[in-house]
Amino acid sequence: MAKYLLKRSAQILVTLFVFLTLVFFIVNAQPGDVSNFYALNPDVPPETRERLQDLFGVNEPLWKQYLVHIRNTFTGNFGVSFSHYPRSVADVIMERLPRTVVLFMTATALSFYLGFALGKVLAWRRGGWFEYTSTVGGVTLYTVFTPWFGLMMIWLFAFKAGWLPIGKFLDPVLWREAPIDANTVFNQMILTAFVVSIVVFAVFVITGQRRMGNARITRIASIVLASLAVVGVWFSSGTAVYAWDIVRHMVLPVVTLTLISFAGTMLLTRNSMLETMREDFVMAARAKGLTERAVRDKHVARNALLPVVTSFIFSLAFAVDGGVITESIFSWPGMGQTLVSATLTEDLPLAVGAFVFVGIFVLVAHLVADILYAYLDPRIRY
Amino acid sequence: MSTVNTQHAAPTGLWRARLRLASQSLRESWQLFARTRIGIIGLTIIGLYALLALAHPILMNTVWEPRTYDPVVGYAFDETQQPAPPSLKHLLGTDPLGRDILSQLMFSARSEFLLGLLAATVTVVIGTAVGAIAAYFGGWVDTLLMRLADIMIMMPAISVLIVLSALIGVEHFELALIIGILSGFGATGVVLKSQALSVVVKPYIDAARAAGGGHFHIILIHIVPNLLPLSFLYMMFTVTSAIFSEAVLSFLGLLDVRMSWGLMIHTTESAGYLLQVTDFWWLIFPASLSITLLCSAFYLVGRSLDEVVNPRLRSR
Repeated sequence: MAKYLLKRSAQILVTLFVFLTLVFFIVNAQPGDVSNFYALNPDVPPETRERLQDLFGVNEPLWKQYLVHIRNTFTGNFGVSFSHYPRSVADVIMERLPRTVVLFMTATALSFYLGFALGKVLAWRRGGWFEYTSTVGGVTLYTVFTPWFGLMMIWLFAFKAGWLPIGKFLDPVLWREAPIDANTVFNQMILTAFVVSIVVFAVFVITGQRRMGNARITRIASIVLASLAVVGVWFSSGTAVYAWDIVRHMVLPVVTLTLISFAGTMLLTRNSMLETMREDFVMAARAKGLTERAVRDKHVARNALLPVVTSFIFSLAFAVDGGVITESIFSWPGMGQTLVSATLTEDLPLAVGAFVFVGIFVLVAHLVADILYAYLDPRIRY
Repeated sequence: MSTVNTQHAAPTGLWRARLRLASQSLRESWQLFARTRIGIIGLTIIGLYALLALAHPILMNTVWEPRTYDPVVGYAFDETQQPAPPSLKHLLGTDPLGRDILSQLMFSARSEFLLGLLAATVTVVIGTAVGAIAAYFGGWVDTLLMRLADIMIMMPAISVLIVLSALIGVEHFELALIIGILSGFGATGVVLKSQALSVVVKPYIDAARAAGGGHFHIILIHIVPNLLPLSFLYMMFTVTSAIFSEAVLSFLGLLDVRMSWGLMIHTTESAGYLLQVTDFWWLIFPASLSITLLCSAFYLVGRSLDEVVNPRLRSR
């Protein structure tokens, strides 16, 4: 196991270097150098330009430039963005990354939960209108042109009904007087969500192990108590209005993302369930006289979970990449939107920085997926 | 005379037998395919769009006057206000720049098909070559190709396309090439290799080798034909992803294409009609629905081909 992980980490590291080399050569194949992009920008004084040339080492030989590129990547030094001048690229990315991660973690978790719950039922009730409608509906949502679907959601729920904001991360009018900046509020929100999920998870694990008769009641009580505590803490701090504003802006993108991606999980769960249902232990469970529900949830679904979990982790890895589309539609200021707007405004340092970051994120997520996979499936021996 | 005849008859007879076998297996596959029904729906949609694409040049040469109906530089002089709602002369209305929507739709259908076909061909040629070579030679060739595949799989595809579109001008041809390379050296190559692995251990490969067949000959004549059904399946999925990527990129305004479905929505967006869904429906729905329909059509065909190619899934 340890040997496998070591080997895998080494491979990922090699992949990372190849990736960075590719980025370097693509950028280097351009006429001129990075500092040329600043030449026409009146905001950039000549001293800054020289400093940038030093930073990127454009006057050095190629191999030295390459080393500088690698060093800059590992020290997080991507230069200065000129669409956000004079902020540094790393600064912009550090602000945007959490927004993307939170949005997509929420949406991916929701869509997997929904997909798994539906797929479970689907495998159990083969044939009939339920299977037909959810399969056709799911596949339609799965292959729908995402920008259009997002647009329809915005039009319906934000533009016509006016229930939710049309896009963006927050409402600038509300925040103008805010005593606290958005990133602080957002980081506090992430912290809250993290603490609450750990508490709820702990309650679930404990009630599961003790096999208490009223596990369900304890679980629901813990969720209710945790939510009450969250509401109480936020209201006492006085920033609840601002947090609520961000939450309201999150609803529409999260719902859209969930709807377009749950079908993949649903069909995967269904196929995995259908394969597990043929196993002998399912017949044994039935023979014991367990209810259909218990057989489905406790015996088949548990064993059908493995491919679903794997695909969950892998889709987390690509969430940042796929986010480009959704983020542009909802003007959600995350990594994807940063990449697109940097590309459109020819802000090369920011575009490359965002791209390298997305690449590193995907690679690390792959490594985590491998580790989890090896840990979860004892059948896999390396 | 008769001896000459028999000498000639042997090869022709062999070919005839091969043809008969091929047509028989084709018929069986078709029956399996037709039974899934979703494949037929997909094929119908593809057929409809193919008709639209084929009809465009004919219409341009006969009924439609190029000055008015050209998808890129035309202008509907007969309308007083642009965008004009659907009328008898312009069945789907005109866009904010006064161009006929139906003409744009049909013109773009052709380039979508060409893009999909090219991307799928590049993918499958590379994927089949990678799969067959990696499985046949094994050893360091295999290791090298599979590590390369790892890199390709881990590439965040949409981000790669966006960055490349900033650095080099990306048109349909480049887009198809990039998608083909990413998928061919990546996921498709890996899948085809695992299929090829089950082919290279067959006795007839050993027989071919014993009969003195060269590496190239064995790969091309004995391995590749056995990979073709599966590669055909992956062609379908590549077409879906190619059309989708093209639509997204040109919607974001990142491609240098003259006209495409994504660009039509981009035009609508930059003219500010994007949220007037009910008032200006013809600016949004035709292009978006076309992307959705054609993508899902190829996806559906792929799914039902999967049931034909993949015996594990057959008739549960």
